[in-house]
Amino acid sequence: MGSLALNNITKSFGKVDVIKGVDLEVKDGEFVIFVGPSGCGKSTLLRIIAGLEDATGGSVEIDGAAVNATPPSKRGIAMVFQTYALYPHLTVRDNMSLGLKQAKHPAAQIAERVEMATRMLSLEPYLDRRPAELSGGQRQRVAIGRAVVRKPKLFLFDEPLSNLDAALRVNTRLEIARLHRELGSTMIYVTHDQTEAMTLADRIVVLNAGRIEQVGTPMELYNDPANLFVAGFIGSPQMNFIEASQLGRQDAKTIGVRPEHISVDGTEGDIKGRVSHIEHLGADTNVYLDCGEAGLVCARLFGEHRFGIDSTLHARFDARRLYRFDDQGKVIR
Amino acid sequence: MSTARHSPAHSIAAHAILIAYTVIALFPVVVIVINAFKSRKAIFRAPLSLPDADSFSLIGFETVLKQGDFLLYFQNSLIVTIVSLFLVLLFGAMAAFALSEYRFRGNTLMGLYLALGIMIPIRLGTVAILQMMVASNLVNTRTALILVYTAQGLPLAVFILSEFMRQVSDDLKNAGRIDGLSEYRIFFRLVLPLVRPAMATVAVFTMIPIWNDLWFPLILAPAEETKTVTLGAQVFIGQFVTNWNAVLAALSLAILPVLILYLIFSRQLIRGITSGAVK
Repeated sequence: MGSLALNNITKSFGKVDVIKGVDLEVKDGEFVIFVGPSGCGKSTLLRIIAGLEDATGGSVEIDGAAVNATPPSKRGIAMVFQTYALYPHLTVRDNMSLGLKQAKHPAAQIAERVEMATRMLSLEPYLDRRPAELSGGQRQRVAIGRAVVRKPKLFLFDEPLSNLDAALRVNTRLEIARLHRELGSTMIYVTHDQTEAMTLADRIVVLNAGRIEQVGTPMELYNDPANLFVAGFIGSPQMNFIEASQLGRQDAKTIGVRPEHISVDGTEGDIKGRVSHIEHLGADTNVYLDCGEAGLVCARLFGEHRFGIDSTLHARFDARRLYRFDDQGKVIR
Repeated sequence: MSTARHSPAHSIAAHAILIAYTVIALFPVVVIVINAFKSRKAIFRAPLSLPDADSFSLIGFETVLKQGDFLLYFQNSLIVTIVSLFLVLLFGAMAAFALSEYRFRGNTLMGLYLALGIMIPIRLGTVAILQMMVASNLVNTRTALILVYTAQGLPLAVFILSEFMRQVSDDLKNAGRIDGLSEYRIFFRLVLPLVRPAMATVAVFTMIPIWNDLWFPLILAPAEETKTVTLGAQVFIGQFVTNWNAVLAALSLAILPVLILYLIFSRQLIRGITSGAVK
């Protein structure tokens, strides 16, 4: 109940190819997150799965059945939108039950499911309010509730946290994780925020320019990126990329090293630089070294450190955590 | 807002200009209304003075109510205006929804074609319209007027409404689709309520020219039983003698319904004009 298969999906808007052949298998109960920069086609892909957009080529299968010609309401999916998209003229209760009413479920069953979703999302006090009387976080909980009552095979989330402020985003993220554990349903989630992707996903699909760059668990992507794009996209601050020639190495085109795998030293190291900027985050300190031709190198140090701006420091790389990339940007293993 | 940036001198100047404009705009209306309550002699002796005990007279209203069948004319005007308005809003909104919501070949071309009517006055086609109405036996019916006014109002309605419909969130419509609502229910239940201010704007802009029109009633429906108010008032304007009392009384009465409709729509109208500027 709830597997998804995408076979060679393509999508063009006129002459512009937005999605250029995507193949993906999602197992029942998996939490899969699409990440990528804006314009990479991740939302379009989600809308194709939902049936809100027709694929130009390829097929979508839900539970082994091709659904290319099935309207969204019959695909057994539920979707949560970035802008909540609650019906402004209906109360919270009616917002949640509309889909079931349309599908002609018996009233008792509707009431029971609404009650279950209400309990799950602590929406009891708001059932008879209209969306305009709710805060952003409450509205998004109602939108999630509207998806839950449908008991879908597939939950689709389209950047559900992007309109919330930072604190609410963390809370709602936890809520979604708990929901996934309790319901055990398959979830597809689109975001551009890699923290959300890393914390929620069973598997992450990294998209770029309409193609899948890599699919894997969060730790696989972090520890074993397939190429420059994934290496740069996952991890914050971003991985440092240095021309191999600047380090006197011939075995690669580019060397990548994560800021957390660099230590600094006053006297010796792999590369010398001038401190150009320091960010104090409390738990860690980000030091930006201007290394001349090699560019800006960021080192993430644990704890508090004080260095004078413009003082000279040496960066030492953790040799076991270096990544080598060839001239195609592919990782050399 | 008014404290820091506006000096009293600015305020006074701005108000002076606005008041001057108001006076100019209201002057003809006020002259019509005050003279409607005066005797014929008083109208010509002192057209700008208010009616007093000496000059006050309801002779104009009496003539109007006795002579022509004004109740019928009013009824005709109201039927024609309201039915046309309803059709313009319904079809205009539906066309605007299709243009803004669906991607199809020739979408832009269709939008331009529908907007063409804003630039080309419908009166240019009067002769052809008359021929069509004669051929379809619709001369001297209210249907003829309703059809013409619906065609006249549609271009602007489609143009304004499609712009507003584009602003309605796609997510909302998609949520409706996932919940299994039909396109008609999405249109009537989700989209229309959200563009209500724009609908009111279109309603006012459509309604006033229809109510005031003299041209098409004169040409397409001059029969006694289909006369509209504006056409009915012409009875009192003769080639040699004009019954000014009656004309002014009829015009004063004709202002009323349109004023009432305007008041109904105006709250929404202001929101329609300012929406987008102030969120």
